[in-house]
Amino acid sequence: MVNKDTEPIFWTLFSAGGVVAALFLPAQLFLFGIAVPLGWVHAPAHPGMLTLLRSPITRIYLLIICSLPLFHFAHRFRYTLYDGLQIKHLNEMVFAGCYGVAIIGTLAAAFLLLRI
Amino acid sequence: MTKAGQAPAPMRPAPVVPREETAPSYTEFHPRWYRPPISTYWWLGKSAYVKFILRELSSVAVAWTVALLLVQIRAISSGGDAYARFLHRMASPWMIAINVVAFAFLLLHSITWFNLAPKAMAVRIRGIRVPGLLISGPQYMAWIVISAIIFAIVLTR
Repeated sequence: MVNKDTEPIFWTLFSAGGVVAALFLPAQLFLFGIAVPLGWVHAPAHPGMLTLLRSPITRIYLLIICSLPLFHFAHRFRYTLYDGLQIKHLNEMVFAGCYGVAIIGTLAAAFLLLRI
Repeated sequence: MTKAGQAPAPMRPAPVVPREETAPSYTEFHPRWYRPPISTYWWLGKSAYVKFILRELSSVAVAWTVALLLVQIRAISSGGDAYARFLHRMASPWMIAINVVAFAFLLLHSITWFNLAPKAMAVRIRGIRVPGLLISGPQYMAWIVISAIIFAIVLTR
């Protein structure tokens, strides 16, 4: 759990995830969430995407941009729930839920990227 | 402090009251401070607080984007049909609406994050503090370059 010794670890993950999320995620979401669906650009064809996905560099890149931002989310959302909803008595449940999402997401990403 | 020449007021004996009235129940050794209860919606009162909560809520958009990425990775590795279904689902009006909102939150995160860096680290060169623009500026540049590279790699497939 979070205490004086472990807080720096969680905070470092939060900070690293914040940088990664700020630099990489807007382009990713804009491309496949807005530009392609609205027809502003052509959807990349499947064979090319599969080749891209099979490259080890892409896999490492995807693991990083999936995992670290989830730990950023876990830290930030945890404190938003504390401050916004004042549910400090649910401390441990919120902690387990937020970091549970981050750990499960990381494992899912690793599994999906190894399986290709 | 009492004025010179004025005798301090004689001490009155403490009034004797039955014990049940002064100590109706057991209290901890330390008295509990009075804290006025704060509304759950305390952050709606001031625009700075609203901005703070919106900035913190941008983390939900971050998690959402990662979830979409995972779905996309799965779809691509499952084959052409799965990828086509993924593209079809992403094109539904609801999905686009959610993603536009999520994208706005991602922009809020990026901008507030880059602007925060010069406040978080006060870099000094020869005793003079480096202006914030020189710290956040390169990050904006990196953001633009990285986004352009992502577009280029994906769209040339």
